[in-house]
Amino acid sequence: MKTKMNKTTKNNFVTYGIVILLFVIVQTLSATGNLSRLLTGLLVPLCVYTIAAVSLNLVVGFSGELSLGHAGFMCVGAYSSALFSHMTADALPSVPRFILAILVGAVVAGIFGILIGIPVLRLRGDYLAIVTLAFGEIIKNLINILYVGVDANGIHVATTSAGFKLAAGGKKIMKGALGISGTSALYKDIKGQFFLIGVILVLLTLFIVQNLVNSRSGRAIMSTRDNRIAAESVGINVTKYKLLAFTVSAALAGVAGVLYAHNLSMLKVSVFDYNMSILILVYVVLGGIGNLRGSMIAAIILYALPELLRGFANYRMLIYAIVLIVMMLFNWAPAARNWRSRMVEKFKGGKMKKEAA
Amino acid sequence: MSFISYLKDGISLGSIYAIIALGYTMVYGIAKMLNFAHGDVIMVGAFVILTAITKAGLPPAAAILISVVFCTVLGIVIEKIAYRPLRKASSNLAVLITAIGVSYLLQNLALLIFGADAKSFVTVIDVPSVSLFGGQLVIKGITIVTIVVSVIIMVALTFFVQKTKPGRAMQAVSEDRDAAQLMGVNVNATISLTFAIGSGLAAIAGLLLCSAYPTLTPYTGAMPGIKAFVAAVFGGIGSIPGAMVGGILLGVIEIFGKAYISSQVADAIVFAVLIIVLLVKPTGLFGKNIQEKV
Amino acid sequence: MRNWKKALSVTAAVAMAATMAMPVSVFAEGDETFKIGVIGPMTGDYAQYGTNVYNAAQIAINEVNENGGFNGYQVELLAAGDDMGDPEKAVNAYNDLLDKGMQMLCGTVTSGSCIAVGAEAAESTFLFTPSATAVDSITSGSNEFRMCFTDPAQGAKSAQYIGEHGLATKVAVLYDSMADYNSGVHDSFVEAAEENGLEVVADEAYTTDNNTDYSVQLKKIADSGAELLFLPNYYSDNALILQQASEAGMDIKFFGVDGMDGILNVENFDTSLAEGAMLLTPFSATAEDEASQAFVKSYNELTGGETPNQFAADAYDVIYAMKAAADAAEITPDMANEDISAAMSEAMLSTELDGLTGKAKWTEDGECDKEPKAFVIEDGAYKEME
Repeated sequence: MKTKMNKTTKNNFVTYGIVILLFVIVQTLSATGNLSRLLTGLLVPLCVYTIAAVSLNLVVGFSGELSLGHAGFMCVGAYSSALFSHMTADALPSVPRFILAILVGAVVAGIFGILIGIPVLRLRGDYLAIVTLAFGEIIKNLINILYVGVDANGIHVATTSAGFKLAAGGKKIMKGALGISGTSALYKDIKGQFFLIGVILVLLTLFIVQNLVNSRSGRAIMSTRDNRIAAESVGINVTKYKLLAFTVSAALAGVAGVLYAHNLSMLKVSVFDYNMSILILVYVVLGGIGNLRGSMIAAIILYALPELLRGFANYRMLIYAIVLIVMMLFNWAPAARNWRSRMVEKFKGGKMKKEAA
Repeated sequence: MSFISYLKDGISLGSIYAIIALGYTMVYGIAKMLNFAHGDVIMVGAFVILTAITKAGLPPAAAILISVVFCTVLGIVIEKIAYRPLRKASSNLAVLITAIGVSYLLQNLALLIFGADAKSFVTVIDVPSVSLFGGQLVIKGITIVTIVVSVIIMVALTFFVQKTKPGRAMQAVSEDRDAAQLMGVNVNATISLTFAIGSGLAAIAGLLLCSAYPTLTPYTGAMPGIKAFVAAVFGGIGSIPGAMVGGILLGVIEIFGKAYISSQVADAIVFAVLIIVLLVKPTGLFGKNIQEKV
Repeated sequence: MRNWKKALSVTAAVAMAATMAMPVSVFAEGDETFKIGVIGPMTGDYAQYGTNVYNAAQIAINEVNENGGFNGYQVELLAAGDDMGDPEKAVNAYNDLLDKGMQMLCGTVTSGSCIAVGAEAAESTFLFTPSATAVDSITSGSNEFRMCFTDPAQGAKSAQYIGEHGLATKVAVLYDSMADYNSGVHDSFVEAAEENGLEVVADEAYTTDNNTDYSVQLKKIADSGAELLFLPNYYSDNALILQQASEAGMDIKFFGVDGMDGILNVENFDTSLAEGAMLLTPFSATAEDEASQAFVKSYNELTGGETPNQFAADAYDVIYAMKAAADAAEITPDMANEDISAAMSEAMLSTELDGLTGKAKWTEDGECDKEPKAFVIEDGAYKEME
C-alpha cells in the first residue's frame, strides 16, 4: 500500500514537473526573444483550455458521465467574474480584484454545478449527456438577453434594450448579444503576468483534481463509475459523490472562464456553444479518459494545431479534421494499439540483442 | 384559430426534424453511436442534388437518385474507414470524437468545393398548398410531402427491422453484439447496412430540409443534426416511432415557445421541456427501460 | 495502456519541438514592400463575409500596385487571417499576421473580433476595419478607423429615413438576437423609433442556432398590423425571411440595412421575392458608374463568377483610403509599425476619398463621415431612392 501511494504521489509530481518545465522553457524562449507573437498570444488560451479539459476529465473520466455542457459553466464563470471586475474597477486595486474575480467565477459556476447536477445526475448515459447539452444551451440563451449596468442609483438589470435605461453617467456593462467589452483593459498593469497566473491556476486545478481523485471521496467517485450497483450496495451514496465531482468540475470550468474573459477585450455569449463543449470533450478523449496529463497535452496540441497550420490558408481546417481522425484512430483503435506495442517490443528486442552482442 | 395555425406550423417544422431523426436513430439505435456527422451527410446530399440539377441539368428524379446513392456509399465508406477500427475500443467515446472529426472534414471539404456563399435551393418538390376553412389555414405542399414521406419511412423501417432477416440481425446486433456474432450474424456487414440505410435516408432528409427552408451552406446540416439527436433521445433511443414522435413534438414545442412565451429564448424553452420530460421519463417517451444486471 | 501514453507523450514532444522551432518572423533587410493583413471569418457560419473582404482587398491591392503602390512602394497582401467570427481566434490571427510582417490591418470583418483585436492593436498597428459596426470596435486607440456605418448610425438613420419619408408609422422588427451586428442595429433602431414618430408594434427575434423557421414571428408581425418590417440581418437570413413572408401571403414593406446587400446575388434566389424591399447601404453591385462596374467585373474574374457585396466594396475602399493616407504621410516599408500607425492616423484626418461606397472623410474618432444611400429593389435591381 505504501509503495502504491508513493507511486501516485510521484506520478502527480511528474505532472506538476511537466507544467513547470514547459513554463520555464517558454519563459526562457520568451526572454531570449525566440517566441513568436502567435505563440506568445496562445499561452493564456492554452492555460484556459487545459484547465477546462482537466476539469471535464473529472466528470467524464473519473465519474464516468458524458457531459456536453461544459462550456456553459465556463460561460457562467466568465460573465460573473467580468461583471464583478467592471463593477469593482474603481474600488479595488487590480491584484486583489483579480483574485476575487477568480473566486467569484469559481463560486458562481460551482453553484450552477450543484443546481444543474441535482436533476442531471438522476439520469444515465446519453440521456444525461443530452440534458447537460440542454443546460449549456439554456445558459447561453438566458445570458444572451441580459442587460446589466450601474449608475448612481445602483445596479440595473433588464432583459430588453428598450427597458434598459440608466441615469446620466451610468455605465452599461453587459449589453445582450454585444456582451461585455473592455474587460482586459481593466487589468492593463498585470496583463503581462496573465500567463504566470494561468500556469498557477493550471497547477492549482491539477492539484485539486489529483488530490480529490486520490482521496477517499475520489475512490468513491470511481467506484460509482465502475459499478454503480456494487458501490450502492456497500453503502456509498452514489448521487452525493457524483454531485461532488460535477460541482468541483463546474467550479474549475468557471475558473477557465474567468481567465478567458479577462484575457480578451470582448466577451460574447455565442462562443460558448455546444461546439466549444464538444471541443473540450475532444481534448479529454484524445488525451485519455481519466488521464489528467493526457488531457493537458491533448489540449495543448489540439488548440495550438489549427493556429500553427495558418500557413496552409484555406486547407487549414481540412488538415485539422484529418489529423484529428488519424490521431483518434492511432490512439484508440485496438489494431493500432497492437501494432504499436509490437513495434515497441521489436524496438526493445533489437536493443536487447545489441546489448547482448 | 391562431392556436391551430401555430400547431400546423409546429407540425411542419417537426416533420422536418422527424425525417432527420429517423435516419439518425437507425445508426444511433443499432450501432449505438452518436453520429455527429449525420447532419453533414444531409448537407452533402443536398449539395449533390443542387449540383446535379443546376450544373449538370439533370431532372429532379435522377438528381435525387444520384444523391441517395452517393450518400449511401459515403456512409459506408465513412463507417469503414473512420468508425469500424474503433468498434472494439475500450471506450465508446472514441468513436464519438472521430465522428466529430468526420463532421469537420465534410464541412470543410464542402467549403472548399462549393464556397462559403449561401445558395438558395431550387424547387424540386412542387406540390400545391392546401387551403382549409376558407383560406384561414394554409398547409404547405412540402409539409404534406414531408409528413407522408416520414410516415412511409417509419413504417418501412419498422417492417424492415422486425420482419426481415437483415433487420432482425440489426436488432440482434443492437441488443448484444458478441452474442449476435456467436449466433452467426455478420456484425460488420450488418452495421455497414445500417450506415448505408441511415445515410441514404440522410439524402432524402437533405432534400426535404432544403425544400422547406431553401438555403444551403456547408454548415446547413450541423444544427439539424443536433436537433435530430435531441429528437431521437426525446423519443427514446433506438425507437423508430419514438424518433418520429420526438421530432414532431420538438417542432411543436419550439413553435409554441416562440408563439406564447418569447422568440428570443425559444431554444431555451425547447431544452427546458426536454429536461422536464426526461426527468419524468428518464428513458425518453418510447425508450426501453433496461434493468441493470449485477 | 502504458504504451499508448508513451506514444502520446512522444507525439506531444515532437509537436512541442516543432512548435518551438517555428521560425520567428524574420524581417529581411531592405524589405521594399508594405505588408497588409486581413482578418475575418474565412470558415464557419460567416465565411461569406470574410472571403468577400479578402477578395476585394486583393483586387484593390493589385490595382494599387499597378499604379505605383503606397507612396511608391509595392504592397503585399498576406494570407488571410481566419477567425471564424470568434474574438479569441481573431487575436491569434492578429499575432500570426504580425509574425509574418504585417504593417497595416484591413479588418477585422466582424464586430466582436474587432473589439478584441482593437485592444491589441491600440497605438501599435494601424487598424482600418471595412465592416465592424459595433461602436467599441475602434474605441481602443486613436489609430483605429472604420469604413462602414456604426450600429447606432444605421439603426437611427433607418428610423429617421422611414419617419421622414412617411413610409410607415407602425413598424415591426425581426432580428437575430444572438449576433452582435443584428442586435446592435436593432437596439438603436428601437431607441430612435419614437422620436421619429414610429411605433414598434412587434419586436421579434430569432437566434443564430434557430435561423430557418420564421413562421411564428412572421404571423405575430402580420397580426400586429405593422406596415413595415425592419430587417437588420445579413442577406442569407433575409432571403429566407422574404421567402416565408411571401408564402404566408404577407403584404408588408421590407426595410433592411447594409447587411442585406447581396440578397439579389444569392445563387438561385428568386429575386421577385425581394421586389419592393428597401435598404440603406452604401454600395450596389448593379450601380451604373464606371468604378463600380469595373470593380464588379474584376471581382467576377477573380472569383470565377461571384458578385461582390458591400463588405467587398468597403474593403476595396479601405485599401484606397490607406493608399491616399500612405501617400500623404510618405511612409516607407522600413518604418516600425508604431511609426507607420502614427503617421497614417494623422494623415487619415485630412484624407478624402471618393470611393465605391460614396464620398468619405474621417473624424478624430476614426468614424467615417458619409451618407448612406437608400435603394429600392425594382425588377431585380437596385434603384436609388430620393
